[in-house]
Amino acid sequence: MQVAPPDFDRMFGALADATRRDIVRRAIAGEEGVAELAGHYPMSFAAVQKHVAILERAGLVTKERIGRRKVVRANLEGLRIARRLLDQYEELWRGRIDRMATLITEDAKETQP
Amino acid sequence: VTVTAIHKDAQNLTMTVDARFEASPERVWQLWADPRQLERWWGPPTYPATVTAHDLRPGGRVEYHMTGPEGDQPKGYWEIVEAEAPHHLAFRDGFAEADGTPNSDMPISQVRVTIAEAGDGQTRMSIVSIFPDVAAMEQLLAMGMEEGIREAVGQIDAILAEDAVAPAGR
Repeated sequence: MQVAPPDFDRMFGALADATRRDIVRRAIAGEEGVAELAGHYPMSFAAVQKHVAILERAGLVTKERIGRRKVVRANLEGLRIARRLLDQYEELWRGRIDRMATLITEDAKETQP
Repeated sequence: VTVTAIHKDAQNLTMTVDARFEASPERVWQLWADPRQLERWWGPPTYPATVTAHDLRPGGRVEYHMTGPEGDQPKGYWEIVEAEAPHHLAFRDGFAEADGTPNSDMPISQVRVTIAEAGDGQTRMSIVSIFPDVAAMEQLLAMGMEEGIREAVGQIDAILAEDAVAPAGR
């Protein structure tokens, strides 16, 4: 089975907005549709709909039909990946410092044969 | 243990990394001040850096590109704010366009490096990264991690390939 890797640029782009982060937070409960979500923000229904569409394309939320309604639900797997990515920033610097230490050790060996 | 502490402060948008080396401050300073040494640690093995300009004086610039496994060459630069060998370095860390001019769509973070003697022939180095706002931090995280992600994705590909081969071998 081939699993398409998540689009990380799109995912972080989607999260780089306070309203969208708040929508994701509310979507974890997964009880509200776009109309209910729109009630929480001082912006038009269409604007909120646009934010939800961006989150949907980034794989962070999905729309699910429950009876006659459609609710916005967070994709928990997507969120888990985002959190893991944050930890990788730390890894980036750990990697750099490990390489620095290696350089210094190599250098010390050369000067003390 | 080289890295002694990492502190991620989401409220003040800073990350601090503390490290300790068995070397003098002058030796640790060289890691930043010698472009050939900088090339050996700035990029991971899969994304080695090539430093094309290196003027470590206030107002000076360091320019580099990295070379990825698929031949992609993202460019970056530092704008030096302060440099006091061997103890202090501060610079603005940005991304550049293919022609080397700063990429104004990408945020600039500030980096402050402090190098100090820690006794017993050891040196302590502290690196503080300051991000201009949350959106920038997220954008930079996405960029900075690209290399790690590609590696991880490559590993997944390798595992999937092994799975495809294994049943036939039995």
